[in-house]
Amino acid sequence: MLELEDVQHYLLTRPHATIAQYNFITFCNAESGRKWVKDLSDIVGNAKTVMAASETDMRWVSLAFTFNGLRKLGLNEESLSTFPEPFRQGMAARAAMLGDTGINHPDNWEDKITSDDLHAVVILFAKDQTEKDRCIKTHDEYLKNNPGVEVLSSLLLEAVPPFDYVHEHFGYRDRITTPVIEGMSIEPTPGSHAPSKPGEFFLGYPDETGNIPAQPQPEEFSKNGSFLAYRKMREHVGAFRDFLKANGKTIEEQELVAAKLMGRWRKTGAPLVLSPDKDDRELGFDDKRNNNFDYEKMDPHGYACPMGSHMRRMNVRDNSVSRIQHRRLIIRRGGTYGPYLPEDTADDGANRGIAVFGGCSDLARQFEFLISVWANDPEFHELNERDPFAGSIDGPYEVTIPKRPIKKKLKGLNAFTSVTGGAYFFLPGIRGLKYLASLK
Amino acid sequence: MIENGTAELNIIWTHNFILQFNITLHPIKFSHLFIQTNMSDNSKNAWAMPAALAIPKEGYFKVEEGRYGPIFPKTPANYGFTVIVKVKPGREQAIREYGKTIEAAVKDSPNVLAPLKLHYLRWVLFDVGSGLHFMYQGIFDTDFDKYLEDAIALFNSTGVTTVFTNLEGWPDDWKTNVSAVTKFFREHQRPSFLEYGEYPNASSDEIKKALKLKSAFSDMLDEMQ
Repeated sequence: MLELEDVQHYLLTRPHATIAQYNFITFCNAESGRKWVKDLSDIVGNAKTVMAASETDMRWVSLAFTFNGLRKLGLNEESLSTFPEPFRQGMAARAAMLGDTGINHPDNWEDKITSDDLHAVVILFAKDQTEKDRCIKTHDEYLKNNPGVEVLSSLLLEAVPPFDYVHEHFGYRDRITTPVIEGMSIEPTPGSHAPSKPGEFFLGYPDETGNIPAQPQPEEFSKNGSFLAYRKMREHVGAFRDFLKANGKTIEEQELVAAKLMGRWRKTGAPLVLSPDKDDRELGFDDKRNNNFDYEKMDPHGYACPMGSHMRRMNVRDNSVSRIQHRRLIIRRGGTYGPYLPEDTADDGANRGIAVFGGCSDLARQFEFLISVWANDPEFHELNERDPFAGSIDGPYEVTIPKRPIKKKLKGLNAFTSVTGGAYFFLPGIRGLKYLASLK
Repeated sequence: MIENGTAELNIIWTHNFILQFNITLHPIKFSHLFIQTNMSDNSKNAWAMPAALAIPKEGYFKVEEGRYGPIFPKTPANYGFTVIVKVKPGREQAIREYGKTIEAAVKDSPNVLAPLKLHYLRWVLFDVGSGLHFMYQGIFDTDFDKYLEDAIALFNSTGVTTVFTNLEGWPDDWKTNVSAVTKFFREHQRPSFLEYGEYPNASSDEIKKALKLKSAFSDMLDEMQ
């Protein structure tokens, strides 16, 4: 059973927040950095209190650190060497393997995210605009008294209209599928993965093999921690809408094209496998049904849900593709940044997209596999294409839609998304934060 | 690919390293060239041109990092590896018997190894004067790095790892330590210096689809009699 009072709330529960800000932090010196960790660790919400929290309890701060950050705070080289290779190298160093090339190359990433001086991220959640302003002001004022800690860059995340369902800038409904952890008294919805062992996401617990994997040292620091893969993706809403228009004459046809790219209908999340020809709002919002399907038996050729759709690549639901699907899960947290682009408005060129943290216990096995293989491997199902959304696409885009008598290729002039940021962080438990603060 | 006596060859070692040139030659000459023909995914008929590829001593042309180290290139004989390891004394019979275990596992569940995208496996025990060695040679449609964890999980569930425990240098903590297992495979991998494919770049899925189509077509002709 997870030590809920020692795990940061971030991966286990969603606060009632509509706004968040990521502040990317640099420590000018170790002492100021440790003071910052100490002062903030008192207001970091643990999973137990946040899950029980009332609407007025808003201790929703989360802290995570880069490898350089841990070194800067004074974790010794012997301990640092026990951290896994991907975390030590950082995401930018592994870009070629991940598939982040061309316009997606780290040279083009934003927010100084590839800087060696990036040491930490503080995630501030707020239930509304006023509370967000108060949180940011409090943190800014705090930094005035601790000048050895500076904000390298920050990113504001806000939900985009219409507010009746959670979605990103393209309008796809989000948060339909999320891993469930054993012992948390949550039943997975029908058709979803069985509850995961805590060790798939938190260090110091048995994972799906039944064993506790080797942990970074000392355990006092690493126990109850997780790795976070940060990913910022710009969404080219104009290019996306042009693609729909170019490949669909009517609104209905355009919605079908949008659904084929994702595997679910855009506004409701109703899965194509269960509703291949038209959207079905009731199905989409019915948790008992909206994950209750497979591909192997129900849609082996992809006539309903294309093999190359985002959903079918990232959650394969097919034993002949993978026998260890339950070992490729990540817990996604994040949201949209940038202004909403109303329908029928020409693209204003504004920077908008999603900025997400993927939580896991093994970056190489979970996050890096998902991106380098399921999102970016052109050989996936011999499609010679990448994931329409999570893939790093540089230039014109093609997607294969299985169709009788012969498959159809939909073509676009430009990718809908580009990778504009990424970094690996370690999210310690509460004791881990105190350990960092106490380093000499 | 071949039009009016002009052939365009795309020589690709990896997806990142592309040399392109045009040669005007009689097509028949191509079988004499010991170079890799068009391996790019958009070449529709690469399978029609037998090809061989000479490989440098390191096993790759250019270091391209995978999640667990350099990736070995795709060749006309697809991806693959040849792992040669010395057997612990007295374990020959144990290894031979596992041949039957794998035979039964595949018989019970014919798709058990499907995620590995295999064409063939060859297991050989031999002694050429330096003690008994085990050779594990596999031909795949995907590089080993991508499906490493799948492979280890399948090895565990089908008993293949039990074979490895009879080999010298197999890590004691193989159940929990993927990087030690990876290191073991990499240290014992012996890269080819030449690989040949009679039908380059054809995946086992494509071959199965083609055979299925042939059989369906022949059924169709029967039905039309």
